[in-house]
Amino acid sequence: MSRAEQGEVEIDATDRLLLNNLQGGFPLTHRPFADVAATLGLDEDDVIGRLRRMVDNGTLSRFGTVLNAPALGGERTLAAMHVPAARFEEVAAYVNGLDAVSHNYERAHHLNMWFVISSEDEADIRSTLDAIARDTGLSVLDMPTLEEYFVDIKFKF
Amino acid sequence: MALTLTAEERDVLAAIQDNLPLVREPYAAVATQLGLGEDRVIEIVSLLLAQHKIKRIGAIPNHYALGITANGMSVWDIPDAIATELGRRLGERDEITHCYKRPRHPGWPYNIFGMVHGRSREAVVASVEQIARDLDIARYPHDVLFSTRLLKKRGTRVRAPD
Repeated sequence: MSRAEQGEVEIDATDRLLLNNLQGGFPLTHRPFADVAATLGLDEDDVIGRLRRMVDNGTLSRFGTVLNAPALGGERTLAAMHVPAARFEEVAAYVNGLDAVSHNYERAHHLNMWFVISSEDEADIRSTLDAIARDTGLSVLDMPTLEEYFVDIKFKF
Repeated sequence: MALTLTAEERDVLAAIQDNLPLVREPYAAVATQLGLGEDRVIEIVSLLLAQHKIKRIGAIPNHYALGITANGMSVWDIPDAIATELGRRLGERDEITHCYKRPRHPGWPYNIFGMVHGRSREAVVASVEQIARDLDIARYPHDVLFSTRLLKKRGTRVRAPD
């Protein structure tokens, strides 16, 4: 595991200021980092340098866009399975290996594997669910989004 | 995802979806790469934001690296008649980062899902109980499923242009 994965990155007060103010609303201007710097009382090149460092050391996963899959025409569902402990690794490797699976979590519950299937078309979602059930012999609960409630993700650091 | 994007929009998204260039003039850098004008790139990105095809642009923190390591999926069995209203109110809470209504299944009574992140499991449980009190929903069956392992994660992506 990298230092970042172990929760060991260190950030200073200026990094924290950037993290808490740059999780959205990045300016669509000719010199956006200069605009951010002016707003926060920082220097343009310092902002760019700090963001580069935070991407490089894993403090940031990325600096870019968060896309809205449903609005892009993508289909997705959340699925859950109970996987017997003895088969967990084998089934996880199989599920992770499927292109359509975008996220997969082990959770502490009888339903211990939760994964998201994303695709450009509904039929692909259905066939992936069917294939998982057939290939693993386990039952798969399909929990598609019926309604999504607006949230504005902002972690405070 | 070809259904709702023009070829030009797809080119721009593919160029910036992982990382926006960390240079003084990032949109000009993307424009040069794609053979477009900077104004056109900014126009396309503005449109995609207005259409909510891009949710936001900025820093995507690795919250695990920053000590926010507990990830709890709070699940609630809320009567259908009030589920939408309560889902909206749950989604408004700062502690909730994703909120959905999903179908019940035999053995799975929960219809409202709200993701809660925190520095410890105890902190997440305390948040969930505070929400239950504040929204007066403690009487409805609920649970918190903690993730014990991230097995796979990749963001929503558009395909690279052909």
